[in-house]
Amino acid sequence: MSVVTNTTTIGAIEAPSRRNTELALLAFAVVIPVFAYLNVGLAIDGKVPAGMAGYGLGLALLAGVAHLVVRKWAPYSDPLLLPLATLLNGMGLVLIWRLDQSPRLIATSMRLYKSFSPDAPSQMMYSAVGIAMFVGVLVLLKDHRVLQRYTYISMVVSLVLLLLPLVPGLGADVFGAKIWIRVGGFSIQPGEFAKLVLAVFFSGYLMVKRDALALASRRFMGLYLPRGRDLGPILTIWAVSLLILVFENDLGTSLLFFGMFVIMLYVATERTSWIVMGLLMAVAGAAVVGSTASHVKSRVAAWLDPFGCLETATDQNMLNACDQMTQVLMSFGSGGILGTGLGQGNSDLISFAANSDFIFATVGEELGLAGVMVFLLLYGLIVERGIRTALAARDPFGKLLAMGLSGAFALQIFVVAGGVMGLIPLTGMTMPFLAYGGSSVIANWALIGILIRISDTARRPAPAPAPSPDAEMTQVVRP
Amino acid sequence: MNKPLRRVAIFCGLLIFALLLRDNWLQFVRADELNSHAKNTRVRIERYANERGNIIVDGKPITGSVDSQDPYYKYKRTYTDGPMWAPVTGYASQAYDANQIEKIEDGILTGNDDRLFFDRTLAMFTGDKKKGGDVVTTLSGAAQKAAYKGLGNNTGAVVAIEPSTGKILALASTPSYDPTSFAGYSGKDEKAWVALEKDKNKPKQNRAIREIYPPGSVFKVVTAAAALESGKVTDIDAATETPEGWKIPLSTKPMKNHSGGCANASLNEALRISCNSVFAKLGDDVGRDKMVEMAEKFGFNAEQFTPVRSSASVYDKQADRGGNALSSIGQFNTATTPLQMAMVTAAIANDGKLMKPYMVDKLVAPNLDVIKQNDPEEMSQPVSPENAQKLQQMMENVVSKGTGAKADLNMDGVKVGGKTGTAQHGEKNAKRPYAWFISYAKTAQGSPVAVAVIVEDAEGTNREDISGGGLAAPIAKAVMKAVIKSRG
Repeated sequence: MSVVTNTTTIGAIEAPSRRNTELALLAFAVVIPVFAYLNVGLAIDGKVPAGMAGYGLGLALLAGVAHLVVRKWAPYSDPLLLPLATLLNGMGLVLIWRLDQSPRLIATSMRLYKSFSPDAPSQMMYSAVGIAMFVGVLVLLKDHRVLQRYTYISMVVSLVLLLLPLVPGLGADVFGAKIWIRVGGFSIQPGEFAKLVLAVFFSGYLMVKRDALALASRRFMGLYLPRGRDLGPILTIWAVSLLILVFENDLGTSLLFFGMFVIMLYVATERTSWIVMGLLMAVAGAAVVGSTASHVKSRVAAWLDPFGCLETATDQNMLNACDQMTQVLMSFGSGGILGTGLGQGNSDLISFAANSDFIFATVGEELGLAGVMVFLLLYGLIVERGIRTALAARDPFGKLLAMGLSGAFALQIFVVAGGVMGLIPLTGMTMPFLAYGGSSVIANWALIGILIRISDTARRPAPAPAPSPDAEMTQVVRP
Repeated sequence: MNKPLRRVAIFCGLLIFALLLRDNWLQFVRADELNSHAKNTRVRIERYANERGNIIVDGKPITGSVDSQDPYYKYKRTYTDGPMWAPVTGYASQAYDANQIEKIEDGILTGNDDRLFFDRTLAMFTGDKKKGGDVVTTLSGAAQKAAYKGLGNNTGAVVAIEPSTGKILALASTPSYDPTSFAGYSGKDEKAWVALEKDKNKPKQNRAIREIYPPGSVFKVVTAAAALESGKVTDIDAATETPEGWKIPLSTKPMKNHSGGCANASLNEALRISCNSVFAKLGDDVGRDKMVEMAEKFGFNAEQFTPVRSSASVYDKQADRGGNALSSIGQFNTATTPLQMAMVTAAIANDGKLMKPYMVDKLVAPNLDVIKQNDPEEMSQPVSPENAQKLQQMMENVVSKGTGAKADLNMDGVKVGGKTGTAQHGEKNAKRPYAWFISYAKTAQGSPVAVAVIVEDAEGTNREDISGGGLAAPIAKAVMKAVIKSRG
């Protein structure tokens, strides 16, 4: 471990706060979605959409509030994170609004539920709540190291959150995956919040235990193997991940948590052996569950040969999975390089979860290869700014927390985008900020809030050393 | 902790890179394949997104488009006199794809064809709705109606061609189907489609171009043409050396005739009373290779594209001598589409010159500009003009004095030539024979029409009564009459 001990040399120079850079970028992050909104309206109705002013003002207001709060409470934070999240959130709103106007999705909804309600207004509200969460994090959490105190409480809270969907009467089974709970008319995805709490727990735990995990080991075939009793934590996390996979039928969540833990373990201990072990355990777990759980099996079949499995599917569940996959792939393929243009594609042919799990297909079809690459790079930038924050952080807890959150974010992007593009089997997670869903938006705004808090601490100039009386050239001793 | 952090940063970068690569693979390399995939309903959505262009006969559309108020497929295809025109138009169904002209000229009909790029761009600026272009056919409404009515409840097909150009004037097939009945994708459409699929009379089969039948005696005109062209016969009224009970080569069986007077009959007489022995012997004299050559010049052994593809008619290229002799009277492996026999007739009526048959006259843009004009095209010259005239003389003899009397138009200045055929088929010829009739009408200005008619199964007719002359000839007559009348 090499904690940067002498940071005063950097801090001594007055570091620019970069708040004005952030403001300029935020202007783009608001204007681009507003243009996209206009684009959708013109493409669908041929006239300027009535809600454009409201939408633009709403987004600008949210971005403005967030910016002012950052200016006041986290003046030295990373200038890219807020604009990136705002842009993604704004574009997500546009895409959801676009899908709200699809006559096909409206007809499907009328057929199935006898009613249709647009999702964009609720998503706008969730975004507002998300920004409120972001503000709350920055105002209330003056120093991220406070979280360290709640290490073991975090563990309990995250376990409860993860297992809540299994509680009878509370959990809701949505098309096979049990990752939802229903409280008073609201559906909540506790896994999204568990992501944050677990990162806190892992950071606190690993900061304390990392020496034991790193140093007490035997060397075997070039790898440092940990002692048996040190294996406890990784085995526990592994078991919990498998439980999630088996009982909640959610490959994505389980992969995300296990992956996040392995990354943090590696960063904390600097031992490659943990990665090797983690990979082996993940492969073993996935192989066992993949060959037994029917839900996972159909997803794998749909991944291996989506078009072929339409004919060979053994049950309705598998057929649905394959059909979704082919629809999503054809949606991407039909987009081509430049896409059909917003509002002009047929991504609404994916009649199930078009604006949540599969929203990236709409990006693919309507904005094309170019648009998808832009979105992937935007996500990539968030991840790398997060890791940059981890590098700059001065305390090990902050390093681990920033790394854990950015790592989880990266894994989530990979699992979701890789899933919808057929790179890996599809899992039931959603694109952060883009997809419809309150839990996801709120939790991810909190995530950005925490990263901004850590980066503010990391970039804040260290206080000038107090003048030491011994350093004076001469001492006048008065009697 | 910074070293592993940097490594994880690289790892995360690789994850994003893998996604970028995958996306390029999906949206660039595989884009075309996915975009035109058979399961991709976008192709069909696009097909019905705008008002579809029409298929035109005699200046009037025989198709239409209605706004179906449906979120998936905006417009639905309609057809006027669907069953009558189905062999020409084919169908365009939201659930069951499209075929024939509807499919082949889909680009023009939807307006997506590259040749309509300028119109599309212009419409974008003027704010007009995108609209498909029209397909103008060569067909004649009067001839088609006569053919379809003539076939009535029988199973059969009629093809009429304008010999001098190759324009298809009538293309009827019965029993037929109404393409409107499954143009949508609702349960009702599915029911209609399934019923048609299951129907053992195969109403969706386009018998005029997609079914090959044994031609029987109507094939004798091809054999006669080969005999004349090869020089085996020079004088059609000279006696041929054919004994009654001529033995089929490589066999002990004599060739049976259905009428008396075939011994040493002249070519003219043999065609008039349809002597099997004379034509089998002539086919044998001409030889297999020359017979194949003649048949192929008429279009046998090849698919025709009108532009709708027809099945290839067959004249066996590997038959032994006995097989060839039987092939020469339209038996053995010889099989032909009604279109093919109409082509043979048209070539003879056109003094030996075979014109390529076609049914799309021109493609028209929404603004009525002609995008493509199909011009008559010569396919081959199977017989010389002199021999063609000899063939005409013999065929006219069949109508005026022989088995084809029922096709005679009895109009001043119109000569009619024809040939009957009754093709036996099935195990031991147990099935009801096919009644064939081919004919052409000729005026001083040339021949306006050549027809081939087949009636597969004649309900309520005694087996003995089924003959080309009795069943098929009146239909041919009606079609020829309709064409001549409509030409004024």
